[in-house]
Amino acid sequence: MSKILLLQGNQAVVEGAIAAGCKFFGGYPITPSTEIAELLAERLPLVGGKFIQMEDEIASMGAIIGASLTGKKVMTATSGPGFSLKQELIGYACMAEIPLVIVNVQRVGPSTGQPTSPSHGDVMQARWGTHGDHWLIALTPASVPECFEITVRAYALSEKYRVPVILLMDEVIGHMREKIELPDTYDNIPQPERKLPTCPPEKFNAYATDESLVPPMPPFGSGYRLHVTGLVHDETGFPKGTGAATVASTDRQYHKLYDNLDDIVQVENYKLDDAEYAVIAFGCAARTAYDSIDRARAEGLKVGLLRPITIWPFADKQVKELASKVKGIMVHELNRGQYVLEVERAVAGKIPVTSYCKYDNEPATPAQLLAEIKKAMGL
Amino acid sequence: MSMEQIIDKYFRPGRLPHIWCPGCGNGVITGAIVKAIDQVGLDQNAVAVISGIGCSSRASGYLDFNTVHSAHGRAIPVATGIKLADPSLNVVVITGDGDATAIGGNHLIHAARRNIDMTVVLYNNSIYGMTGGQYSPMTPLGSKATTAPYATIEHDFNVTELVKAARATFVARATTFHTQTLIDLIAKGIQHKGFSFIEAVSACPISFGRQNKMGGPDAMMMWQRDHAAPLAAWEKLNDEQRQGKFPIGILYEDTSRMEYTEAYDQLIAKAQGGKK
Repeated sequence: MSKILLLQGNQAVVEGAIAAGCKFFGGYPITPSTEIAELLAERLPLVGGKFIQMEDEIASMGAIIGASLTGKKVMTATSGPGFSLKQELIGYACMAEIPLVIVNVQRVGPSTGQPTSPSHGDVMQARWGTHGDHWLIALTPASVPECFEITVRAYALSEKYRVPVILLMDEVIGHMREKIELPDTYDNIPQPERKLPTCPPEKFNAYATDESLVPPMPPFGSGYRLHVTGLVHDETGFPKGTGAATVASTDRQYHKLYDNLDDIVQVENYKLDDAEYAVIAFGCAARTAYDSIDRARAEGLKVGLLRPITIWPFADKQVKELASKVKGIMVHELNRGQYVLEVERAVAGKIPVTSYCKYDNEPATPAQLLAEIKKAMGL
Repeated sequence: MSMEQIIDKYFRPGRLPHIWCPGCGNGVITGAIVKAIDQVGLDQNAVAVISGIGCSSRASGYLDFNTVHSAHGRAIPVATGIKLADPSLNVVVITGDGDATAIGGNHLIHAARRNIDMTVVLYNNSIYGMTGGQYSPMTPLGSKATTAPYATIEHDFNVTELVKAARATFVARATTFHTQTLIDLIAKGIQHKGFSFIEAVSACPISFGRQNKMGGPDAMMMWQRDHAAPLAAWEKLNDEQRQGKFPIGILYEDTSRMEYTEAYDQLIAKAQGGKK
């Protein structure tokens, strides 16, 4: 049985977290993500989980890292200024390979910016916000039902690959209310299970891997007395200062994700089959794009949409394929031009790539985007 | 248990020798922690040792428990997450004066305020040792440091008064000279249900002592002997006699306040009972 509800995107994230088995949230209040903390403060104790409001955004990250080490599925939620503060320990979680789900409901920045207005200004920060070479996953929903689905998927990916997963929302998606159908109970939602060691504790090497390149992760207290560090370490988990250790650690963290892009990278193709021109847009910008494309089609223009659902790793293969099929691509995003840089890199001059940036606190209207599409198509 | 037996049981094979300089007090404090754990009789599998960054924080890698060498200043938040997520674990935090009172100062006072059950051992060597001798918030006024070539003009924290004011429920201090006192205080801290804080006054002969003409490690140990006053003696001293000295022992203890994870369990029961 299921129920039909009218929910905010932020509420759907909370439902997704509960459904996926999240048992720990550490957070700090910040607009426009605060509803996630407020709702989990109420919901988590009901399922035996724990909520803690930490003293700052950095501490929130520390708390969820600690909770994850005990085997719990964890979440934190924030927006731009808080996301900047979280970067330190996002790097730690990449290095120590700790599963985490981090929600960033993007608002206009930099700094305090426009706290209640939507933006896609953190696209590059989500990828490169922390220092050093590192790899992680970022997912970006475009509807309230998708907030639920993608949150559940974020846990699955995070646990499977032992990596932080960023749920990169925007203020419109976070605060928009839409119809969503949810099951009456979450008993049938698949619960991602962390891989556990099969050897006895005395033979256990905390970062030794099989062909998956993802090490098993026993919880603290289970008898496997592992060491976790942000220093470069070898398969024992203990610091190793050699160049070879840095190369081995770096390469494994890259390959554990980038050898599995077919599993990780999801895009939606909307009316692309016969398209001669394509729009690439995500989050609330994709909502504008659906409508603009329907209007273009009504005028006989063969336009389609490629919507990245996985925003990092970049949908390289899909964008390259698209570039071999259409005559031009427009990237529409709510910033001064970030994702377009990656699209241009992938397209590599094969076809024209046009950027339609909107950064005036408001999403584009379908008419505005349609006009830009026509202009780019030379109409 | 002999020191050899202690090392065999609680130190990870192959991880020693440690990185600390000759004459460093970190080994004494780390030894005191494992002896205290042994004295209390904790199950090794149920102990989590969390450290930050710095000389003292390298200790977590040597110890055979569930261990985290976290980020600079962040040991306490990570420890908070571990303890709240799994209250069955006994959580010990290893931190230094820079780690705990500068970059991690906010976390220290908030963990104290929550009264979450963990034992924080602050290795106070009055200096940033790992980076080669810069002044910390606990470097005494007027000391030389590589970043204070004309001597410091900043007053240092009285960290035990700080955490007491932040509502820690067990506050103690000892030195590496008073080793048995240190072991006993850490053991009492572990047994205390709530936030326990033990300042372990230590010596950094290389990065602090040399710059401040403190003499060698032995002279710095003698300094500890001569400047630490056991609490009973301290209480008999007048203000003038107290100048330059500091008390050691249990400085504050309150067993009446509820511990955080216990309070959270009550919150869960209340929520599940349908109450707000």
